Amino acid sequence: MKNRSDDYLERRKHLSKLSKSELKEYFFELTDKILDPLLDLSYEYTSPAIERSVLMRMGFSSLEAKGITDKIYEHSLLEHGAGHLVYRYSKDKNMSIREAGLAILESDAILYLLEVFK
Amino acid sequence: MKPNEKLDIRNILMDLNKYRPRRRGWTWRDIKPIQMGEFRYEQVSQGLTNFVPLPGARYLNNIDPQPDAVITSEIASGRFEDDIRRMRMAAYHGADHIMVIRTAGQSHIDGLLEGTPQGVGGIPITRKQVRAQRKALDIIEDEVGRPINYHSYVSGVAGPEIAVMFVEEGVNGAHQDPQYNVLYRNVNMLRSYVDAAESKKIMAYGNMAQIDGAHNANATARDAWKVMPELLVQHAINSRMSERIGISPDLICLSTVPPAASPSPDLKLNLPYAIALREFFDKYRMRAQMNTKYISSSTREATVTHVLNLLISRMTSADIQSTITPDEGRNVPWHMYNIEALDTAKQAMAGLDDLMSMIEFKKEGYLPNKVREIQERAVLMLEEILEMGGYFKAVEEGMFVDSGYYPERSGDGIIRKSEGGIGNNTIIKRASDYLAPVTAHYGYNNVEQYNVEYINDPAKLIDKCTFEDPDLIQYIDELDEEDNVNNRLDDNEKYRSSSLIKPEVQWLGDGVITFDLVFPVASDIAEASALLVAKNMGLLQPEIIHVEVLHPSEGTRVQVKGVLNFDIDTSKIVIPKKEKLLDDDEITNYVKKHKLKVVAGTGGNDEHSVGMREILDIKHGGIEKYGFDYTYLGTSVSIEKFIDAAIEVDADCVLISLIISHDDIHYKNMKKLNDYAIEKGVRDKLLLIAGGTQITPALARKQGIDQGFARGTKGKDVASFIVKRHKQIHES
Repeated sequence: MKNRSDDYLERRKHLSKLSKSELKEYFFELTDKILDPLLDLSYEYTSPAIERSVLMRMGFSSLEAKGITDKIYEHSLLEHGAGHLVYRYSKDKNMSIREAGLAILESDAILYLLEVFK
Repeated sequence: MKPNEKLDIRNILMDLNKYRPRRRGWTWRDIKPIQMGEFRYEQVSQGLTNFVPLPGARYLNNIDPQPDAVITSEIASGRFEDDIRRMRMAAYHGADHIMVIRTAGQSHIDGLLEGTPQGVGGIPITRKQVRAQRKALDIIEDEVGRPINYHSYVSGVAGPEIAVMFVEEGVNGAHQDPQYNVLYRNVNMLRSYVDAAESKKIMAYGNMAQIDGAHNANATARDAWKVMPELLVQHAINSRMSERIGISPDLICLSTVPPAASPSPDLKLNLPYAIALREFFDKYRMRAQMNTKYISSSTREATVTHVLNLLISRMTSADIQSTITPDEGRNVPWHMYNIEALDTAKQAMAGLDDLMSMIEFKKEGYLPNKVREIQERAVLMLEEILEMGGYFKAVEEGMFVDSGYYPERSGDGIIRKSEGGIGNNTIIKRASDYLAPVTAHYGYNNVEQYNVEYINDPAKLIDKCTFEDPDLIQYIDELDEEDNVNNRLDDNEKYRSSSLIKPEVQWLGDGVITFDLVFPVASDIAEASALLVAKNMGLLQPEIIHVEVLHPSEGTRVQVKGVLNFDIDTSKIVIPKKEKLLDDDEITNYVKKHKLKVVAGTGGNDEHSVGMREILDIKHGGIEKYGFDYTYLGTSVSIEKFIDAAIEVDADCVLISLIISHDDIHYKNMKKLNDYAIEKGVRDKLLLIAGGTQITPALARKQGIDQGFARGTKGKDVASFIVKRHKQIHES
């Protein structure tokens, strides 16, 4: 930002009539306005770290979760959710969740999923 | 575990793959007023089963009042196996929040680390290290009788995975604040906020306490006290975000540091800020951090700053009282400074107990005006962030960590771009069929495409996730054959399982010692001379750690550290045997039979009387209770008077207290006492006994008297000695 001298006394004029509690209420109202788009963004997007954390919760080690996520990312399927792909493969192929995840990591299961999520 | 048993690190490492944490979530202290000895404390919590009280507590029956606030100790040596021992020391001194610092650079590692590699300025946070430390803390908390919270960091580009691992492993608290990633770690802004939402959701599920990162603005800004309005803004952004995602307000903790430090007018700057903050954020909790911005290499100065910080905590509030070690300005914390910092907090908080029931803040004038001003400046900053187009735009223009006192701007704020930083361009818009079949997932999740009944419990799609069934967790032991704890333990095994020991400051057998000296010269010559001293003492890697000018030409104080290059073999040490005491009845019967008389007092020009009263008075367990007839001469008694009085009352024994030891005056007075007794012809039948804090018994005997008693002596020690010796002289 450009240099600016302290114009607090000028800027504060509209705040001077606010009571203690009104000032506090206004403070958090402004905070929430700043947060709305940030929370919307977080609601609508995911990231490799989030997908890895999902896979860990599904019972994969950190190394497996990284390998599976990277493979799905390389094939541009992460938007569907890494856990989704593992779940779908296990369902379609009647495998356990772990077997399905390791199949994505170690075999060409990803080709099947590319077809499913076309 | 018993206090006299050492923790067995190898045992803790055994069967870690089967370890399960005993609980999840944060624990506050059990706060209630307590009567301890003669005193009633108001701002205190349940006492401990095993503890080390403050040094001065020995005058007060070793009471150890535990303050109401959770007390933090931060540990950062880089070797978790040594940190475990320090955690035990810290718990004994009152810590119930162990904060483990991460190794440098972990924020930028895209994924979890595994195994037990050594860290720099902290440990690489891995599942194995976390599990070992949590397991050790289970043992330690049983020992001290109070739950201990374990804490580290959910930040960087692997935040959500770390959060998952922490909940799985029973970690009780963590730092989480996307602003920290953005401003200080240059992690891409969008990635930081998207990841933070998931991390917070996971932490909320695990009931973990969350601490924000606002204190970093304080440590980074050029003039820390000018950043106050922004601190309120940063706290608000993280706290409200956390609350809206689901963290309970009573687990949202603001990391607040008094921004200024003396010699600036500390309280005048910090108190209005502390009040402004607590007025706005009254539904959240305060984690009072200590100032690190103005810390130097002087541990004394840091301690004073921290005591002033503790005063602010007591005048306002602190739910978690953090401690900063007084050596933080010169190295990563050493064992003894963690303990000093904890004792500083414990001592100051007990000393300031119930302060605000006696005083109140002025309702008009400087204090309330300043409080309002800080709050208004913060509101104005939020207004401008919105005018600029929101948070990301404001960061892009350098709104944050500017050294001006908002609305003043100096143009030196931290600038980050939405399309820049680590992890740029890695967030992905979720497709309409996006699914994450797990518990504690934030955001859009199309569960209904598979089963509409599981919308509120997506993990049901896969039966259970690790949060419901810990047996699903995949445990990795070690990845690196060289850099791991097994090799480190083998390297220093001799200090664990033989009679060899070495002094240490952070790691077993590190050999580091420190000493303090004064040269009567200017600092440049003093420093060079101090290094020569260390070299001639045979120390390796000598280093100056602190220099203080006593006078530009008359004197310089230098603190030096170095590494000792030899071991001590404890099997070859001869420890003087403790004298076996006679039992109470035997002493009493003998004293009565012989009608033993004692003359007592403090000798020389010395006004100390407490020690002698403790040896004499019945209520302190003194010799009076055995039936001794004593004549108390008072303080500053001349040496001759002791002997003259003994002759006058026909005493069997002289007890002389000699506290002042300057220039060995205490030993000189012992010799004088002996010589005068000989001169008067009474030495053969008169026992001469001296006591004092600086007395070594063998040196006292060398002056010709019968015995010397050092600090910690009880009346019974003296009574038993008198009886034994009297018997020797008169019945043999």
